[in-house]
Amino acid sequence: MRDSLLRVASLVRKEVLALMRDPRSRVILFVPPLLQSFLFGYAATFDLNHAPYAVYDEDRSAASADLLARMDGSGVFERVATIQQSSDIARLIDDRDALLVLRIGPDFERKLSAGQQADIQLIADGRNSNTAGTAVSYVTAIVSGFNADWRAAHDMPDPPVTTSVRAWYNGNLETSWNMIPGLIGTITLLQVLMLTALSVAREREDGTFDQLLVTPIRPSEIMLGKALPSTVIGLIQATIILLVAQLWFKIPFAGSFVTLYAGLIPFVIASVGIGLFVSSLVANMQQAMLFSFILLMPFILLSGLATPIANMPDVFQWMTLIDPLRYALDITRRVYLEGAGLGQLIGDIWPMLLIGAITLPIAAWMFRNRLT
Amino acid sequence: MSGNAPSSPAPEPSRHGGRVRRVRALIVKESRQIMRDPSSIALGIVMPVMLILLFGYALSLDVRNAPIALVIEQPSKMASEVAAGFRLSPYFDAQTVTSMAAAEKLMLAHEVDGIVHLRGDFARNVNDGDAIVQVLLHGTDANTARIIERYVLGAIGMASQRLRDEGIPVVGNGPVRLESRIWYNENGNSQYFLVPGLIVLIMTLTGAFLTALVMAREWERGTLEAIFVTPVRASEILLGKIVPYFGLGMVGFALCVVAAQVLFHVPLRGSFIVLTSVSMLYMLVSVGFGLFVSSVAKSQFVASQIALIASFLPAMLLSGFLFDIRSMPVALQIFTHILPARYFVTLLQTIFLAGDIWSVILPATAVLALMASLLFAATLRATRKKLA
Amino acid sequence: MTENPRPAIEGHGIGKLFKRSGGEIVTALDDVSLTVEHGGLAALVGPDGAGKTTLIRLMAGLLTADTGTLTVLGIDIAQDPQSVQDRIGYMPQKFGLYEDLSVQENLDLYADLHGVTVEERKRTYPQLMDMTALGPFAKRQAGRLSGGMKQKLGLACTLVRAPDLLLLDEPTVGVDPLSRRELWEIILHLVREQGLTVLISTSYLDEAERCARTVVMHDGKVLAKGPPDSITKIAAGRAFLASPPDGQPARQLQARLLDDPGVTDAVPQGGRVRLVKTSADADVPAAVELVAVEPRFEDGFMALLHKAADTGKSASMSLGQTAKRHNGETAVEVDNLVRKFGTFTAVDHVSFAVKTGEIFGLLGPNGAGKTTTFRMLCGLLPASDGTLRVAGVDLRKARASARQRVGYVAQKFSLYGQLSVIQNLEFFAGAYGLSGRRRKERIAWAMEQFELAELAKLPSGQLPGGYRQRLAMAAALLHEPEILFLDEPTSGADPLARREFWQRITSLAEEGVTAIVTTHFMEEAEYCDRVIILDAGQVLAQGTPAEIRAHAPESEDHEPTMEDAFIAVVEEARREHGRPGERSAA
Repeated sequence: MRDSLLRVASLVRKEVLALMRDPRSRVILFVPPLLQSFLFGYAATFDLNHAPYAVYDEDRSAASADLLARMDGSGVFERVATIQQSSDIARLIDDRDALLVLRIGPDFERKLSAGQQADIQLIADGRNSNTAGTAVSYVTAIVSGFNADWRAAHDMPDPPVTTSVRAWYNGNLETSWNMIPGLIGTITLLQVLMLTALSVAREREDGTFDQLLVTPIRPSEIMLGKALPSTVIGLIQATIILLVAQLWFKIPFAGSFVTLYAGLIPFVIASVGIGLFVSSLVANMQQAMLFSFILLMPFILLSGLATPIANMPDVFQWMTLIDPLRYALDITRRVYLEGAGLGQLIGDIWPMLLIGAITLPIAAWMFRNRLT
Repeated sequence: MSGNAPSSPAPEPSRHGGRVRRVRALIVKESRQIMRDPSSIALGIVMPVMLILLFGYALSLDVRNAPIALVIEQPSKMASEVAAGFRLSPYFDAQTVTSMAAAEKLMLAHEVDGIVHLRGDFARNVNDGDAIVQVLLHGTDANTARIIERYVLGAIGMASQRLRDEGIPVVGNGPVRLESRIWYNENGNSQYFLVPGLIVLIMTLTGAFLTALVMAREWERGTLEAIFVTPVRASEILLGKIVPYFGLGMVGFALCVVAAQVLFHVPLRGSFIVLTSVSMLYMLVSVGFGLFVSSVAKSQFVASQIALIASFLPAMLLSGFLFDIRSMPVALQIFTHILPARYFVTLLQTIFLAGDIWSVILPATAVLALMASLLFAATLRATRKKLA
Repeated sequence: MTENPRPAIEGHGIGKLFKRSGGEIVTALDDVSLTVEHGGLAALVGPDGAGKTTLIRLMAGLLTADTGTLTVLGIDIAQDPQSVQDRIGYMPQKFGLYEDLSVQENLDLYADLHGVTVEERKRTYPQLMDMTALGPFAKRQAGRLSGGMKQKLGLACTLVRAPDLLLLDEPTVGVDPLSRRELWEIILHLVREQGLTVLISTSYLDEAERCARTVVMHDGKVLAKGPPDSITKIAAGRAFLASPPDGQPARQLQARLLDDPGVTDAVPQGGRVRLVKTSADADVPAAVELVAVEPRFEDGFMALLHKAADTGKSASMSLGQTAKRHNGETAVEVDNLVRKFGTFTAVDHVSFAVKTGEIFGLLGPNGAGKTTTFRMLCGLLPASDGTLRVAGVDLRKARASARQRVGYVAQKFSLYGQLSVIQNLEFFAGAYGLSGRRRKERIAWAMEQFELAELAKLPSGQLPGGYRQRLAMAAALLHEPEILFLDEPTSGADPLARREFWQRITSLAEEGVTAIVTTHFMEEAEYCDRVIILDAGQVLAQGTPAEIRAHAPESEDHEPTMEDAFIAVVEEARREHGRPGERSAA
């Protein structure tokens, strides 16, 4: 037992030294997670800011000016053109100069003043239909605001039914509140999988793995010697991203850090397990890189990061069950936004532990028994 | 074979003929390697097919059968009309509960994404003119929440429309009514932009990532050393790489276009010829980038990392393929202008969904052409028949 | 023959510096001047790191010199490398064959690149295939050829068209004697029949001896130039043979002689020891009786090298404080060992036994199954059939602690390149369960015995070749193993490093360590107590060096050598079994 611990300790020390001695690998450990969290944090958003829109106001009245002022003051839209003829609409949309064109008819104010319903038209560029849909929602909200104020100002009765919409956990429905905590798991998986997949493959390529196998070190010890430092590094990387989310993007955090880490540790273990599993299968670093990349794509795409799992066909939903990122995303989001406690997360934690419990021993077995 | 006379160089039938033969030999060699190397096939063919399946079937930003709880505290004609609206809608999977407490429990457990609450006095209040439909959304996934919000409002609107047709005064329509139309994709089908966008990812992978990897492999394995000391020119070695990977990328392109048309019925409103031409141009940029990276970083590991970080990630995140560039911080928006993928996404979305809009196509094509020539010029400069 | 106004290669004052990754500047070439005339063979000889490869790469236009002028075929290579590259043939040390292309496809590629017409191919291909004996393997993927066949294919690719000058950079490194002889036959044939000009770099001294002219390099400088005789002459009157006392292996006398201040060089040869004295009248107290012999190129070369460089102190060493072990017990026993890869049998019913304290040699051409046997013995690969016992157990099935008793030095340097020398030693000490005082002692021992102290903090990946070998051995000896496995420890090593290595092994054997060594330097079999010769996975001969030597055919001009015996044994076996040339490596 003592000998075994000693051997694992020297393996761990060796791993850490090998990583830390090389300035390049030090950079590779910490700079990409940092860069990626900023890049993703800013780029991966479905929210709109300064979306360009154009106006074709045939009325040019006080009422239409009021409505447009609301658009311009929303922060979501930015007027890029004011056009004078309907034929310009197509050009603006086609050329992608404007995401939206708002058309207000010539009798807008007259109809309003007469208590009639005034229609306005909104044309959206649907080449990215998600963006277009979001933009339409924003405009709908602005128009509702206008309507309520107009009624109040002109002593009009309220409509018989009004809708009040409220969102839990994320009052303004900001996608970054959901995306950025999601990055903790995503970027960590990306890094940990690549790193561990390369680790054994590199030793095989360099011949050091054979050298290990002729010492009294057992495969299970090699596995521990690889898994422990990788897990710690994974947690450090997760912490870097967490710090960016907290300190830079200032995403509100409803839960407890203890709970979050209680979820992250099994996640990192599962990722390390998958990485070592890949690594135990491949013959060289190039294969390790390709295979982990080929695994990462579905892991990330099916995790629910960008598109909800509930939207997927059943077959794909089943596939997500072996995706550790699926569980990690659930944990981070729920701890972050809902303040979920450990008890509520058991359903996410045990599948990840199971993934680790299956992949790690298989990897250890493969270390010695992989067919050459 | 008496070749010791240095004054008589090896006869070359014609300089041009030699060049064609050399390039052809290199292309044949590279194609054979692609065929025999499982990893090239994995990345060039298997990966595209997998991505097509994932993007086409698994990824969808459109909400279908979103679970919601419908709280109807007291049944009434009015309430059942609204409930019917939700049940008929393909967007929702509505379950009816009788108390708000029960609904909130479902929401806390995240078994439903939203709650539509009609109070006990809903029917009476409609007649009094101050009924409120309360909508609660689970905001963890903000994008989904927003989509559900849109659909909920739509469903309530439809219900009120039916009531109005029956002469009952109702809901929602204020003095100003917004009529919105989404051009090019009336139904807001997200596959219409995800599947064409996939072409960018696949061409970037085969072009930049795979090319960088195989060229770096030649440096690493020392296969170039003996090749250098032959009449072959650096430009010919590059050409021998460009042609096969260009071809492989176009195979991926063809797969995507066929899948888009046949499996996912994405309309192609522009012309096929224009689509193919701009894709070929992007493929050149992509291969050029891969070669440039490997001419600078001559190790497989470093080259593939650079290719991933500098081409694949931006193509996924910053090209406008998934996330709208116009919503990014200004600095990032400016940065996207140097990304070839940005222009290609614009071209793809336009040609597929909008048509041959030359005012979009020409400038974007010009930028890509410029990038291609710059990359090739730089690669040619950086690739010398020298070691170290 | 046309008149050649200028020599084939002419270089004056060539200098070349390299920058290491740490920013350290290394002088690869320092004021090198040389001339190679048209026609015939010229050799570039020198130990590792002498600058041979750099010089050849300069000639091929793959590098640019920092100082000096170099013209190849009358063309300034720095100005117009392409014109030179159009006309020369160049075979790099590691010929980068495309491993997933077949032999024929590799050849076609080079033929196309050199612009060889279809008609010319019809003429040259059969010649090349005949010369290299690659004909039957035309469709085989290059990656599945043995090392020797790869080298021959590389040479064939270089020769698809008759070059005006052929540059060969260590074409025979890592190639077994049979393949080496075949390669040389091809080269000599070209020189004889076609009057080709060839410049070959080598660290095999018998090869240099065959060339018309030699350039001896050391440490980036030219030490001597001239015909091989002029080098040999340096040792004139200084070469002797000494016989060991009865019953004592020659290697023990050789090790003692190397430590003798009056001796420049000593190697075991045919049961005796060949030595070169520091001067003709130097005193050699260690030797009993000296018989003067004709010097050979190697003697002169070693004498020259000793003069130029401090070749370090003796490499005799001691394992540690452990008592000597009893000899005579069986350390390793292999019985009918078989290993199959698919339908291919890499090791075919091999049996042998090694006694404690023996030096046991596994000899064989590339792909004979030596490494596969080793991997099975070390428990890295399961055997398909048969039994094997190492220190009484099968390492693959035994408890992990049984591996405590063996040490393993792989063919390729396989320690952690990023870790420093001391960190590597610390790691392997931990891996072998050494701790506390014991661990400190053993590491201090390794640093001292292998003279690593000065380089302790250097990342091991940046160590010079010879030091890597030492570090690998140090790591394998930290835990004082009873049995040491060494897979091709001297492949690619220069003569100096090889002598140093064997001196260490000799000392270890005297302390009772069993050493099992694979090698394809046949003269190294002289260091062994017993050897087996493997080919195509089968044991062809087994016995003491003297017994093996008896297989050699009678020769008029020299005493039969190990190499003669080896070639005779292998060729006879192949004739009997009708095997085609060679087999692929597993």
